[in-house]
Amino acid sequence: MSQDAALPASPEADAVPAEFRAGVAAQLAALREQARLVEEFPLPDELEPAAVFLP
Amino acid sequence: MSLPGEFAHQIAARVRAREVSAGEVVRSALDRIALRNGELNCFTSVLAAQAIDDAARLDQMIADGLDPGPLTGVPFGVKDLFDVAGVVTLAGSKILADKEPARRDAPLVRRMRAAGAVLVGCQNMDEFAYGFTGENAHYGATRNPHDPARVAGGSSSGSAAAVAANLTPLSLGSDTNGSIRVPSSFCGIFGLKPTFGRLPRTGSFPFVHDLDHVGPFARCTADLALGYDVLQGHDPGDPACAMRPVEPASSELDQGIAGLRAGVLGEWFTEGASPEALEAVERVASAFGSAIRVVLPEARRARAAAFCITCASGAELHQDRLRSRPQDFDPATRDRFYAGTLLPATVVAKAQRLRRWFAGSARTMFERVDILLAPCTPAVAPLIGQKTMFLGDTEVPARPNIGIYTQPISFIGLPVVAVPVWTSGSLPIGVQVIAPPWQEVRALRVAAHLERVGIISATRPA
Repeated sequence: MSQDAALPASPEADAVPAEFRAGVAAQLAALREQARLVEEFPLPDELEPAAVFLP
Repeated sequence: MSLPGEFAHQIAARVRAREVSAGEVVRSALDRIALRNGELNCFTSVLAAQAIDDAARLDQMIADGLDPGPLTGVPFGVKDLFDVAGVVTLAGSKILADKEPARRDAPLVRRMRAAGAVLVGCQNMDEFAYGFTGENAHYGATRNPHDPARVAGGSSSGSAAAVAANLTPLSLGSDTNGSIRVPSSFCGIFGLKPTFGRLPRTGSFPFVHDLDHVGPFARCTADLALGYDVLQGHDPGDPACAMRPVEPASSELDQGIAGLRAGVLGEWFTEGASPEALEAVERVASAFGSAIRVVLPEARRARAAAFCITCASGAELHQDRLRSRPQDFDPATRDRFYAGTLLPATVVAKAQRLRRWFAGSARTMFERVDILLAPCTPAVAPLIGQKTMFLGDTEVPARPNIGIYTQPISFIGLPVVAVPVWTSGSLPIGVQVIAPPWQEVRALRVAAHLERVGIISATRPA
């Protein structure tokens, strides 16, 4: 599979100019590796996010 | 007069005592910058005329019997993401160079100047603060004062290198994933990343709103504490800035470390560390006599979550610029931002919940220990242009992996003092002295003790 093919079919991916796609695909591969570590970790349903919001 | 080797607190004392004028101090700093900035590339702009005017105003105040403040006559620089009135805030980018100059100083810049410090310039950085090396495609790499063939570390590269090279005794930087602690480590100086929400980010160009911190660099603990004391205080312009009273650190530095329990972080924080990094942590731990080994569970996943939030949030911030001017980004920055636009939102939401979980683990850890110790970086400063590095026996891309030990800690907003250790190698490396939330004073006390007993220093041992 070419690096270019690693970009998913989506409007966001289509917006990446052709000359940058190989570099973006390489970064996306590294990002997916980190995302996998997050996704596979079980968390209790009731655990809330830590994002900052002050009404 | 000779500025090199003098600390901020000494300069301020001498100026206030009329032993030397602020004008002389500032001209000495400007001379040093003129001499060395061509090689080191610390500054993106030098505000010589303004600095000389400010120094003259301070000297007049002193002549009139007034006290300008605890930083009287102390030259300082700021990472080029802090607003400085009359200067375009570049944030290391080419794209923002088209913007109007800032209309007013950021609150932290105002606080420094109100305490008598003299701003001498704005400092180089990785584009939009997204990097650990200080290699900027538009403005060039900041060079390491201890070995100009090596990086200064980023993203607050110019701020750290300027302090390490004795161009100024103090500077301000920012830290989202390690951008104060990494360059402190590579440049062999002290850096403070306070608790998330302690110091206001108002008037600083953002990177990741819920991870961004700001803080000072210095060549000794006393100066770091002095700068921190001046910088503290709520500001309504930053919604994350806590409503906490000022908690002075300078007056607490002599308290020592008696009774403090230290824990040396293992597993993630030692796997892949170079012999220099491990030696540095052991030296610091030796001051505690009976430091225990502890494990912060799932630090690897915490780092991964910080990585994902950073990439996605940074991408969102720059999405319009990616659409309109992609060719004007630093390629290293642009490709990561584009990748961030392709990350599923579910990953970011999960990462934020993991963050809460990981913070709970750290809270539990602090029931057993009072201070945590870990390397700032896996190794000493790499060479400029170096693409890969080794984590143990594994060769990995250098840029994203330099911050593997800093990212899990800033992810949960803990205060850290990065302290410089000179090991058997010829280059310095930093150790993170990590405290529970809002306990900056404790970390600074530890740093002051380590400095008194000669374990850490910004000066290479003879």
